[in-house]
Amino acid sequence: MNFFLEKRKPAKLVLEDSSVFHGFSFGYESSASGEVVFNTGMVGYPESLTDPSYEGQILVLTNPIIGNYGVPGLERDENKLLKHFESDKIHIRGLVISDYSHNYNHWNAKKSLSDWLIEEKITGIFGIDTRALTKKIREKGVMLGKIVIDKDTQIEDPNKLNLVSIVSRKNVIRLGTGTLKILVIDCGIKNNIIRMFLKKDVSLIIVPWNYEIFKEEFDAIFISNGPGDPVRCVETIQNIKLAIQKEIPVFGICLGHQILALAAGAKTYKLKYGHRSQNQPCIDTETNRCYITPQNHGYAVDEKTLPKNWKVWFYNANDSTNEGIKHNIKPFMSVQFHPEGKCGPQDTDFLFDKFIEMINKSKEK
Amino acid sequence: MKKVLILGSGGLSIGQAGEFDYSGSQAIKALKEENLQTILVNPNIATIQTSSEFADKVYFLPVTYQFVKKIIEKEKPDGILLSFGGQTALNCGIELYKKGILRKFGVNVLGTPVETIIATEDRDLFVKKLKEINIKVPDSIAVTSIKEAINAVEKIGFPVIVRGAYSLGGLGSGFAENKEELKKLSKKALATSSQILIEKSLKGWKEVEYEVVRDCKDNCITVCNMENVDPLGIHTGESIVVAPSQTLTNDEYHKLRTISITVIRHLGIIGECNIQFALDPYSEDYCVIEVNARLSRSSALASKATGYPLAFVAAKLSLGKSLTEIKNAITKATCACFEPSLDYITLKFPKWDLEKFKAVSKVIGSSMKSVGEVMAIGRTFEEVLQKAIRMSKENFIGLVGNNISFQNLKEELRFPSDMRIFAVAKAIEKGMSLDKIARLTNIDKWFLHKIKNIVEVNKELAKYNIKTIPKELLKQAKMLGFSDAQIGKQIIKEKVSLDKKSLRVRRLRKSKKIFPFIKQIDTLAGEYPAKTNYLYLTYNGSEDDITIRNDESIVILGSGAYKIGNSVEFDWCCVNCTLTLSKLGYKTIMINYNPETVSTDYDICDRLYFEELTLERVLDIYEKENPQGVVVSMGGQIPNNLALRLHEQRVKILGTAPKSIDNAEDRHKFSKLLDELNVDQPPWKELTNMKTIKNVAEKFGYPILIRPSYILSGSAMSVASNEDELKRFLKKASLISKEHPVVITKFLTGAKEIEIDAVANKGDIICYAISEHVENAGVHSGDATLVTPPQRLYHETVRRIKKITRMIAKSLDITGPFNIQYLAKDNEIKVIECNLRASRSFPFVSKVYNVNFIDLATRAIMGRHVRKIQNTSFDLDYVGVKAPQFSFTRLRGADPILGVEMASTGEVACFGDDIFEAFLKAILSTGFKIPKKSILLSTGTLKEKGEFIESAKKLVSMGYKLFATSGTSKFLDNQKINNTLLHWPLEDKKPNALDYITNLKVDLVINIPKSNESEELSNDYIIRRTAVDFSIPIITNIKCANLFVKSISKKNAKDLQIKSWDEYL
Repeated sequence: MNFFLEKRKPAKLVLEDSSVFHGFSFGYESSASGEVVFNTGMVGYPESLTDPSYEGQILVLTNPIIGNYGVPGLERDENKLLKHFESDKIHIRGLVISDYSHNYNHWNAKKSLSDWLIEEKITGIFGIDTRALTKKIREKGVMLGKIVIDKDTQIEDPNKLNLVSIVSRKNVIRLGTGTLKILVIDCGIKNNIIRMFLKKDVSLIIVPWNYEIFKEEFDAIFISNGPGDPVRCVETIQNIKLAIQKEIPVFGICLGHQILALAAGAKTYKLKYGHRSQNQPCIDTETNRCYITPQNHGYAVDEKTLPKNWKVWFYNANDSTNEGIKHNIKPFMSVQFHPEGKCGPQDTDFLFDKFIEMINKSKEK
Repeated sequence: MKKVLILGSGGLSIGQAGEFDYSGSQAIKALKEENLQTILVNPNIATIQTSSEFADKVYFLPVTYQFVKKIIEKEKPDGILLSFGGQTALNCGIELYKKGILRKFGVNVLGTPVETIIATEDRDLFVKKLKEINIKVPDSIAVTSIKEAINAVEKIGFPVIVRGAYSLGGLGSGFAENKEELKKLSKKALATSSQILIEKSLKGWKEVEYEVVRDCKDNCITVCNMENVDPLGIHTGESIVVAPSQTLTNDEYHKLRTISITVIRHLGIIGECNIQFALDPYSEDYCVIEVNARLSRSSALASKATGYPLAFVAAKLSLGKSLTEIKNAITKATCACFEPSLDYITLKFPKWDLEKFKAVSKVIGSSMKSVGEVMAIGRTFEEVLQKAIRMSKENFIGLVGNNISFQNLKEELRFPSDMRIFAVAKAIEKGMSLDKIARLTNIDKWFLHKIKNIVEVNKELAKYNIKTIPKELLKQAKMLGFSDAQIGKQIIKEKVSLDKKSLRVRRLRKSKKIFPFIKQIDTLAGEYPAKTNYLYLTYNGSEDDITIRNDESIVILGSGAYKIGNSVEFDWCCVNCTLTLSKLGYKTIMINYNPETVSTDYDICDRLYFEELTLERVLDIYEKENPQGVVVSMGGQIPNNLALRLHEQRVKILGTAPKSIDNAEDRHKFSKLLDELNVDQPPWKELTNMKTIKNVAEKFGYPILIRPSYILSGSAMSVASNEDELKRFLKKASLISKEHPVVITKFLTGAKEIEIDAVANKGDIICYAISEHVENAGVHSGDATLVTPPQRLYHETVRRIKKITRMIAKSLDITGPFNIQYLAKDNEIKVIECNLRASRSFPFVSKVYNVNFIDLATRAIMGRHVRKIQNTSFDLDYVGVKAPQFSFTRLRGADPILGVEMASTGEVACFGDDIFEAFLKAILSTGFKIPKKSILLSTGTLKEKGEFIESAKKLVSMGYKLFATSGTSKFLDNQKINNTLLHWPLEDKKPNALDYITNLKVDLVINIPKSNESEELSNDYIIRRTAVDFSIPIITNIKCANLFVKSISKKNAKDLQIKSWDEYL
């Protein structure tokens, strides 16, 4: 019998402004709550769902048809990273979509999206007018919400938690054998950042967010992406402040960018509904070139608060928000977008080379 | 820079259709915004770009080296745009460049440099370029002879694809599995292209395209990707295509995207281009198939699918602007340097019209046969597929529920025809496994699963009746794109009409509160608010995106898919009507679904519904919008057919009353009207019984015209000249019954055909234009060569036509555009047809007389005061000639004769000081070449042979060498006209006509068929078809042949003046 005509389990999405959207369950059958955000990317749900930056969030995908190519297998590469995912587990609290493809087809798929969600105990709801929902979030700003299946649940605010402490690794790992030693602060790092680094002549010391970094020896620091409000990463900000004093080269992506800005003395603020997409145009102020970038952030750096000698490196061509900063003389730089892609374009992957160039230059001095 | 020359694409043909009106119009808009003077060359008079509101100067002249060179000499433009007029413009531009004309006159090629264009067109160069940056291309070898082709395959191995370089729409390409097929294909491909490619076949791989934009600052974006549902092996123009891709993972999508950008950078393209990939369905392997360094059909589709105005942006970029300097036209806040994100799915479905051609093969493959396309927008795959099918096939109610059956399903799946998607549904219905279907068709199983959903819901529906159907199932069916008619067919078992069933389901649905919702296309998936109203309807939603203000709005129904007889001319009418309505202060609402049109540009109207033109959908929109009324007379036959049905549902139809439309459309009612007015018509009779046909035929006297009702398509309209031919027809059409009658009309031979296009206000004619056909009656008016003002009509004839037209306008109380076709013989006038809507020739006459008939008609329809235009016809110092554009080269096997069924895919029109000049320019615009030396004659019946004597003598005196087949040769001998006998193709004798054609030893074939009914494999057919296959110009009508000879005897190339439209007025 056709799945359309089977008894489907009703589910509903309730927002904090008490609007309700009715749909059906296609994941783990349990209620869940979180911050409701939307992503307008058209591909890459396995990558998005495992992106630690989504910790605590209920993700709405605006692409209306989801599940088409199933979910790939759990093969790992030579560095023991999962080949097809951005971390070892799903980080979203719930998934909201319009049309679910109950039947998938792809040569590297091992299971359906629905089976994966059930396995990882993640709630999913389909049959939602995701466009109407997105417009609501756009107009009113991000909201808390819950997916209710059978038993109701309370709406909880994940931003009250230190989300970075949840997703950051607990112990140090060392990868790669290259000449440059980079200390990577894992605030919820995506696997593809590690993969991109390991293509270069570097070795990585990947440490927890609050690690005492100065007991290690290294040439430069990288601060990763991660979930939530950057001001909660007090220890990380402290460490970077010291690094700035010591003039150790620093590169940050996403949350890492915000942390660098905070360490430099600038301020961050929460965007109305964030940037979560694969099509954000960012202009490089040094060349006036425009790059298409993937993004996933709810907070931004307030460029007006940038201290002396720091400049806006990239800005968003749509809404002019800050997308990158750079020190005028010293080796510190960071970007709000994701040069590593996954999901999304990798048009700015040259930034990894820029970082290495910056490290080498500072070594020469 | 001050002055820019834009090359258009000429007459619409298969592979090069209305999309170039869209792209050219956008380019002109973009240039005008920069205060540049625009000069347009395009003989396609029915286009919007050639309207006075667009280019500053228009040349209705052939887009060929000879003519454009002279235009450049005269106009001395600073820049030239080559990429907005399809392959025609590109080829012309390359020739101008190679022959040094552009350099000589200091004309800058704007946008992509010519060297880059050449690198994308010359296969060898292209492969070399891509290999420089380690991009994979299919193994391929460019060759220039059959021998080289055979050698090439020894290296590559079968199967291979053979294709011509420099050709549009995969012309002359095909798959070869063995040496014989290879030889045959190569020979044909070499006839149209000096270089051909032998390429490893990747049949069955996924076919994916990207539209890429790059500016001179090296900013580069991909605006859209598209995935073909039909995998490689079927030309993308023949494929069902979805945007965005549905079966690609992030890695696949972005890998191909990155490669696209890398390739386009390396090639140095500035502006817009299209790149096609083959993607292995079982691994990460890929190949780049080709790059089109110009606006294409795909880019028009991508524009409409995303809302990103590709052609407009490309034009700006070619002027040296950067992407970041241009605003996003939809949000008006964000910038154009971004990649649209879609929160809906679009599906393109090709429009084939193969029934119209005699003897054509219905198998689809690597070369294009479709004449148009439609695009559906929705939020599930099932929804867009079913919508698109209804758009493309007017009598189909969706994917399932049509009365079709297949003899051999397996064969249908393996050898795709225009009906394959229905065979897939049928196979699923019959229980064939998806694995097996996937094996036979290579269609990705994801698509098959979705089709299965439709089939299963359809089965489920049949278990219920209108009283028992659960709301949930009804809603589910609507979410999967089922029409009310489809549902009605399943749940209403009584014998009532489909319209009635559909309306009953509609009532039921409304009582259960199941409605579609209006959604907006905003390019950013809701991230930013849209400022334009580019809209579609879906059942996969819970709220409308827009709130309807009860403004003074008017709905205009568009023309739907381009097909034979329904083309860009109706889009011109719709757009002009919309523009006038705006000028009059109304809010305009356009409904249309053809991505190749200007009417579906969201800046033409206030609200664009990219939607079906079905009773159900128009009512949906009408009920949502509550407009002041609906205009049905601009978009051709599709809206016209809806008029009465909408009226019955209490929709306010503007202009001529629906009852009058019915009185003109219904043969019986119209005939009665003519009798009452004492106006003559050819005798006719509707028959429901085979036995009576013969008697009626004898009573009328042969020849007779036989017109079956649409159900009998496949055996289209025909002429029977004698009892044998009648019998042959009847054998084909055995299904005549009360429901499916046949109309027999006396066919008048030797009569002139005359058309009048006019506008009336409350029954009074405001303006009119009379055109005469060059060919005698019997050639479909769409295939005829039209001359206006008429050059050879008696004053008395014209007076009578005017009088009758006035009488008909009065008695039908016409308000708006209409067209009547007349027969004239020996001062006797008969009415053949009357359409109370704009006709195909409205743009032609509007432009020749420089009176916008549609503007006047629209004002009349809206009840505004309109002044009568007096005596338009006789005070012109010039002549306009409209000539048909055929696409026979693409339709393998089709017989290129003119008959009662229309076969042309487009038209061109040119001006001249006399008919000869205008005629020559017009036929040159369709690709005709003036013969240099040798002409092959087979001049038909004795009567026609006689008619050609003078012409033959003239040709000899002009130094032409005449060849003739036996009968004609003998006849010419008797007339002492020098000629050489060539034997018939089926005779095993030398010298043979066939050899002369295939060895290109003749430059023109004049072959007048002896009867209107063609027989496959007859000698004449072989001559005509071979001439087409070897690109030798051919004339098949005696009147045209004589006019042609007269024209070349009076005019040579130098006499064809380079005059722009305004210089004639």
